[in-house]
Amino acid sequence: MQCDDVAKLLPSAVEHGAAVELSVQRHIESCLRCQAELARYRRMLRGLQLLRTRYLEPSPGLLAQTFAAIEEAGERKAVHSILSGRRLAYVGAIGGAAVAATAAATTAMLVARSRRRGVPVAG
Amino acid sequence: MTTHEQPRQRDELARLVSAAREGDRPAFDELVRRTYVDTYTLALRLTAHEEDARDVVQESYLRAWKGLSQFRGDAQFSTWMYRITANTAYTVVKRRRRHRAESLDAMLEDPVELRPGVQPEEAAESAALLERLSVGLDELPPKLRVLVVLKDVYGLSHEEIATELGISVPAAKVRLHRGRKRLRDLLYEDESKHDGKNDGRWDHAM
Repeated sequence: MQCDDVAKLLPSAVEHGAAVELSVQRHIESCLRCQAELARYRRMLRGLQLLRTRYLEPSPGLLAQTFAAIEEAGERKAVHSILSGRRLAYVGAIGGAAVAATAAATTAMLVARSRRRGVPVAG
Repeated sequence: MTTHEQPRQRDELARLVSAAREGDRPAFDELVRRTYVDTYTLALRLTAHEEDARDVVQESYLRAWKGLSQFRGDAQFSTWMYRITANTAYTVVKRRRRHRAESLDAMLEDPVELRPGVQPEEAAESAALLERLSVGLDELPPKLRVLVVLKDVYGLSHEEIATELGISVPAAKVRLHRGRKRLRDLLYEDESKHDGKNDGRWDHAM
């Protein structure tokens, strides 16, 4: 086994420890370069874990801005739902008016037709 | 908010989550108050840009508020927020497209938190390493950085990461491998030159 082959496996060797293949373990045990490389990965991965608790303080105002964004989204939603409700009401009203107009027109037409039938033809 | 929250904190968060799911806005506000520094830290590590990180935080909590009914409660709230933040940050970073030069000064102001009882030399060494790591992470291409941060800093699984980024698990593993390798090169390039070994061509086959 060559150092280049082992090098690719070193991060998982740090992560999984004993779960690494025996041939890899043997190579590391006998190779100073790979041991040094393993130590570097170990330091790097431990350091990355330490970053987890190294909080970065945001500049002031973020909390207030976040609350405002949620508030605004809530208001937008409320306005949207009101508008949707109004839109439905408009559509309903227009639909109702159209139905009424159609009914009125139909009635007028029927009345006119029946009158025409009732009037005797001159001559 | 931490991945390993204390039991009392966890119970408290669970109570707040439960109330917030019922539409209790003050409970949700309290959740935000308790977790936003952690969310911001993750967002900044992922985006490496303060303004973007602030946008990510706001957008993430908006998504959380809207999607709270989908939070099953079998995972920790913190993990759920990490996933939302990762997803949002990924979108923001993709939208940003061009790489901007970032100043790390603001990120490095905070003192390093170390375990009690650590020797001064060790503390100084750790502080220097953490500083180099922060710088190194920010120098990684965003696509690789996100993998290293989510896996190695926040401990998310390959599956969780793949789901949130919309990539396959093998793709997540390959990117993680490349990210670690790149970060290692950034940190230890000089050292390995002294070894007379690594010429940075390990990943020619990746």
